[in-house]
This record gives sequence, C-alpha cells and structure tokens, in this order.
Amino acid sequence: MNRGRMGLAVLSLAGLFIALYLWLYKLGAIGTLACGTGSCETVQLSPQSKFFGIDVALIGVVGYIVLLGLALLGLQPRFAGPAWPARLLAVLAGIALLFSLYLTGLELFVIHAICRYCVASAVVIVLIFGLAMRELRAVPSV
Amino acid sequence: MAAPASGMNRFYLLLGAIALAGIAALVYQVKRPKGVSIPANVTVLAADTAGFRGYVIGSDSAKVEISEYADYQCPFCADFATIQFPAIRQQLIQTGLVRWRFRDFPLNMHPNSRVAAHAAACADEQGKFWDMHSALFDHQTEWAPQKNASSRFSTYAGQIGLDVTKYNACMSSAKYAGRIQASLDEGTKLGVNGTPTFLIGGRLYTDRASNSDSIRALVMNLMPKAGTPQ
Repeated sequence: MNRGRMGLAVLSLAGLFIALYLWLYKLGAIGTLACGTGSCETVQLSPQSKFFGIDVALIGVVGYIVLLGLALLGLQPRFAGPAWPARLLAVLAGIALLFSLYLTGLELFVIHAICRYCVASAVVIVLIFGLAMRELRAVPSV
Repeated sequence: MAAPASGMNRFYLLLGAIALAGIAALVYQVKRPKGVSIPANVTVLAADTAGFRGYVIGSDSAKVEISEYADYQCPFCADFATIQFPAIRQQLIQTGLVRWRFRDFPLNMHPNSRVAAHAAACADEQGKFWDMHSALFDHQTEWAPQKNASSRFSTYAGQIGLDVTKYNACMSSAKYAGRIQASLDEGTKLGVNGTPTFLIGGRLYTDRASNSDSIRALVMNLMPKAGTPQ
C-alpha cells in the first residue's frame, strides 16, 4: 500500500514541476519554452490556455500540490488504516484524468497543436489514476 | 518497524532529490539568457537605411502623405492602431487620398519596443509588415509585460504565415537595429518627443487623442492646397 502512495507522491511532484514550468512561462518569467516546434507556445498562448479565466497551468500547479499533499498524508502511519485517503485520491485522480482528456481534446481538435509538456502531464495523470485505482482496490470494503 | 522506517527515509530522500533537481531546472530556465535583444543607440551606417524611409501603404499618387512615428509598446499607439487606423485605412488610404508612412520611434522607457520594431522589419522581409504591425498592436497587452517578448513575436510570425525559420534567423541577426535607430534619430531631429506623432503637411501633430475624424479633417484641409478638387 505504501509503495502505491509513494509512487503517487513521486508522480505528483513530477507533474507539479511540469505545471510550474508552464505557469512560469505564462507569467513571463521564462522567455521561450524548450519545445523546438513552437507548438507549445501556440497552445500556451491560445484562448484555451485559460479555463474560466484561470490559467490551466495554474490549475495544474494547484491540482498537483493537492495530490502530492494527499499522497504524503496517506503515507503517515495514522492514515494507513482509514479508507478515506485512498477514496479521495481516487476521486481527485478521476477528476484530473477527465480534465486532462478534455485538454488533450482541445489540443487535437480546437487548437490543432500539441504541447509536449501537456502530453507529459497527461501521461503523469494517467499513471496517477492507475495507481489511485490500485490503492482503492486495496482498501478493504466495509 | 526499523525496516519500514528506513524505507520511508529513503523515499523522502528520493523525493527531496527530485524536488531539488526540479527547482534547479526551473531556476536555470528563469535565469538563462532569453530570446533576442536588439541593441539601442547603434551607429547608423549608410547601408542601414539605403533609401529606406519607413513602411509605406497607399497610392504613390496620393496627394497627402502622413508619417506616423510610433512605438509598438506605447498604449496610445495601440489604441490608435486598433481603433482609429482601420477607419483611416478604409476611408483615406484605400480611397487613394492618403499615403501612410510608418516610422519606428521606440521609446527608451519600453524595453520590448525595439524587439517589436525588429520583428516587424523581419516580417517586412517576407512582405508581411502590416500583418505583423497589426498582430503586435492587437496583442500588446499580452507581450508588453514580458521580460523578453521575442518568443511571443515568433509565435505571431507563425500565425501570420511567415517562414518562422527565416524570421528567427532575421531576428537573431539584429540586422535592422541600425535602421530602427535611424528612424528614431530622424524623428528626434524633426521634434518628435512622444508617440504617436503624426507628420502631416509638414507639421507635427502630437495630440495623443488623434482620431480618424480629426485626421480626415486635416487631410481635407490639405486637399485644395494639393490641387485636388473637392
């Protein structure tokens, strides 16, 4: 059980840095994204890079911090027993997966450009979701 | 219990190492030299201008010529370009009454102005000056606060259909720095000290509230002198 939550924490931290990198770009602190093709900037400068007026990258930063915090919390001995950390992780990972799918759809069908960092983040979310489901299955049913 | 505790310690060490590596990578990205810089106050060589006196739109036979001295990062210039200029273009330039000459006048207070002027010059190489001119003013609020806006300009270059590789090479060369400086020097000699400033019929108009109506009125006043029956 611990291994799964450790994996969740490591993946969430990796995702956090990807989201931070994109958010720093949005803030103008990074001149050019290390992208090569320019597609990353097309995606990041598109109207779809905001969700209800909030930078998608910032949503990612907050989301990954929450997932990281929850995974670390779940590693503490007193939270090893209760089922709620695993359930909450599964719900949040599910929301993150749906949001990631929506964003990937926007890239493919609306913006017509693919940002490699968004793809990396989507892969991280898929892995987080997989681990969260494994954790959920390991929770003894009441 | 000892084994799990040491396992947790190893995990926290790994997590800390990943965090440190991530922070170091982000700090490197923030600190690294970015984009393109176009030098100011360069010595203007004869080859820099070589007959170039601004970006012109309109008929050669237009009776009135208006020179606009503008700075891409100046908000008044953006207001003029996005709100007033489309009407001027339609009513005065496309009708053959006015020939419009755009001159760069990058103010020192605006750190991205020269890069923007250079981006427009590089777009001009591919016959898309006015498209870049519009893109720069349309998106001014987006790039103006950036530490270095050149990556945004490169994106606009792609969006307006430029060959981005050629455009990037042009930007890296900074080859139009002298031409931009020459335009600034020429405007300064004329008495331009703010933007936008319009040179119409030999007189400078510095009113920042210049609008298409007042410019049309000025043009119409000049028409009889220019011999155009009205």
